[in-house]
Amino acid sequence: MKLKEFNTVLTGVGGQGVLTLGVIIAEAALKQGYDVRTTELHGLAQRGGSIPVHVRFGKKMYTPLILEGEADLIISLEPLEALRSCYYGSKQHKTIFLIDNDPVVPLSVSVLGETYPSVEEIKKNLKDFSKEVIVLNASEIVKKETGNEIAANIYLLGYVFAKKLIPLKEKFILKAMEEVAPKYFETNKKVFELGMKHKE
Amino acid sequence: MNKVLSDKVGEKVLLLGNEAIVRGALESGIGFASTYPGTPSSEIGDTFAEIAKDAGIYFEYSTNEKVALEAAAGAALSGVRSMIFFKHFGLNVASDSLFPLAYSGVKAGMVILVADDPQGWSSGQSEEDTRLFARIAHLPMLEPSNAQECKDFVKKAFELSEKFKIPVFIRTTTRVSHMRSVVKLGKIVKGKTKGKFIKDIQLRNFPPYIIDVHKELHEKLEELKKISEKSEINFISNNKKSKLCVIVSGVSYDYAMDAMDDLKIKLPVLRVGFTYPTPDKKIKDFIKKLKTVLIVEELEPILEERIHFLAKEVNPKLVIYGKSHLPNVGEYSEELVLEALSKITGKKYSMNLIAHKEKYKKLKIAKRFAVMCPGCPHRATFYAAKAATAGMDVVYGGDVGCYVLGIYKPLETQDFMFSMGASEGLVHGIKKTTDQKAIAFLGDSTFFHAGMPGMVNTVFNKSNPLIIVLDNRITAMTGHQTNPGVGITAMGEETKAIPIEDVAKSFGIEDVKVVDPFNVKEMTDIIKEFLNKDKVSVIVAKRECQLLAMRKKKAQGIKVAKFEIDQSKCKQIGICLNDLACPAIYKENGKYKIDKDICTGCSVCAQVCPAKAIHAVNE
Repeated sequence: MKLKEFNTVLTGVGGQGVLTLGVIIAEAALKQGYDVRTTELHGLAQRGGSIPVHVRFGKKMYTPLILEGEADLIISLEPLEALRSCYYGSKQHKTIFLIDNDPVVPLSVSVLGETYPSVEEIKKNLKDFSKEVIVLNASEIVKKETGNEIAANIYLLGYVFAKKLIPLKEKFILKAMEEVAPKYFETNKKVFELGMKHKE
Repeated sequence: MNKVLSDKVGEKVLLLGNEAIVRGALESGIGFASTYPGTPSSEIGDTFAEIAKDAGIYFEYSTNEKVALEAAAGAALSGVRSMIFFKHFGLNVASDSLFPLAYSGVKAGMVILVADDPQGWSSGQSEEDTRLFARIAHLPMLEPSNAQECKDFVKKAFELSEKFKIPVFIRTTTRVSHMRSVVKLGKIVKGKTKGKFIKDIQLRNFPPYIIDVHKELHEKLEELKKISEKSEINFISNNKKSKLCVIVSGVSYDYAMDAMDDLKIKLPVLRVGFTYPTPDKKIKDFIKKLKTVLIVEELEPILEERIHFLAKEVNPKLVIYGKSHLPNVGEYSEELVLEALSKITGKKYSMNLIAHKEKYKKLKIAKRFAVMCPGCPHRATFYAAKAATAGMDVVYGGDVGCYVLGIYKPLETQDFMFSMGASEGLVHGIKKTTDQKAIAFLGDSTFFHAGMPGMVNTVFNKSNPLIIVLDNRITAMTGHQTNPGVGITAMGEETKAIPIEDVAKSFGIEDVKVVDPFNVKEMTDIIKEFLNKDKVSVIVAKRECQLLAMRKKKAQGIKVAKFEIDQSKCKQIGICLNDLACPAIYKENGKYKIDKDICTGCSVCAQVCPAKAIHAVNE
């Protein structure tokens, strides 16, 4: 086990499947023999609010919270939330951002007149906090391919796995998916494969 | 099957701190558990609710934390091992019965878990440090740093409780309760669920006898101190000679270990897991040859003050850093500890975190508050209350529940928030001392928790506020736990559902009405009418939590009609978005629209649209 530590921040808005994605990654890492620490918030914070989950794995882990600038991978199911959590990334640490272009406009924008940035602006702002920013239309693809309103979280997991952006093996990810959400395993597996085969 | 019930002894599983606590209780032979839900402790109850039947133990959601504590005490006095858990504020509620329980003692092991919430992630009222309770209650307290320790410390706490015949505290914080980490499973022990209450004079807490018991309690604490001194839960990491050392408690241990790793230094760290009574001799041995010590503990400087006291005796010149380098508010992180250690040692981290933070602060990021869900009945009630009181000077009494989200614009119907059920007491005092109109808003579970005495008081003392009980048929904010109004127990059994309107009437309140919040006109009219009453009046705004209702419908395959805005009729008035503020409504290219993916078909926007431009679409 050479990996010292791998730090990932998963973020989005309540209901987008951030917590589930975190548990799947964490369980897969444990199955692969790593020590694992995660942190998440429950309760009031979930009611339409912003919910970052931290998942860390490696040889021996202590804090569940990632140090600023030390994230290897930031997966955001919502563009604005990628920006909100961007300080966990840095150029120095070569952070990769993977963002689903599925904006959920907050009331501060729709009612109170704040501005929701364009994808281009978000990408520009993230430059200083990353090595690379990847934006996919994952939710749209998942909806089109499956004909259902299914969260894009697993699609993004398939993508990061295929692009070798996360040091986890397929068999452990699939096993974790099966254990965490047995009822949805067949669908999730399909979505995972779709993500793996994503075409630019 | 929930992995908390796994019989694979020695297996390593990933558990949430809160799940590990349940496993620890099962490995300790627990027979009885009770709680009132409160985040960050809620998942302990959720897990017990899921597994209690299979595990063959009893679990209940009690009406409030005090009742929950009394119930668990009753079990422990009858020889059944019991556990009670709640958030920090829950301990405030329960403390009235807790203090005498320390005197009377218990017959079987009893563990009290309290989950603090530094940073107020799930608690608005205050950042309370419950470690201070251990001393005032004269009860031992243990503080785990991770999920494995959550399990192990619960077992340890049961052993201590049984040995000393007093309840034992476990204190966690949000980051420990909601941390997932690896836990090695031990053996589940089948606990007793039936015992016998044996009469004992010690239980009759009464003077002058209590003076003797108080003395005995102090003697027990002296004995516990000896155990604390020897306990392996106070340990030293990186044990070597150094002039600078660190003393930590709770999750701060992790922050200190990682911060040192990132600064490429290795300092001895004393982790104090036995929060009360502290292992004074161990601490004295640790600090006596040091030049400098850094104490890392979230919130109050409790360890720090103890160390000041102990250093006087063994090392008066010791330089003690703590709150001098770290805040006494908010939760800690590795960054904070790293900065403190960097300042003290002069070692620099490879990245300039301050510059990094400055860069981040320059970004303009639209805020995202937690909001009431699309179709939330509370929003409809608040909207009606605002409409009914437009142009009037009305005080909106707030309380604890999802409806606290009414503090935000544009609704702003929670002028203050103190504690469970406090809306009625405060509004009563305001009515007695001002000429303003006042409405108290509180939820169904909150009403049963602590709202009944406040309501009785308004009748008894001839007050006339309007009390609106937001009865969404569940304890929603903490994750949909049942309450006395629902008709189902924590273990899924049917029970009598207690109608809040009947309770209010039985108190002698004459003007009591049940109104569906989705009927905006009726709600508005009745609020107007009741605000003019010269006696207290009650509206029960009854409608199931929409999140739960939608989940049930989805499971049953029932589709709801969504709503849309007819652009040819829309007159750009904007009440739907600007006054109602449903998250499903938005404005795009100058047009008001409804996001059908999240619309729940509540129809409230259609009712409030003066242009009648919103209608249902059957798909």
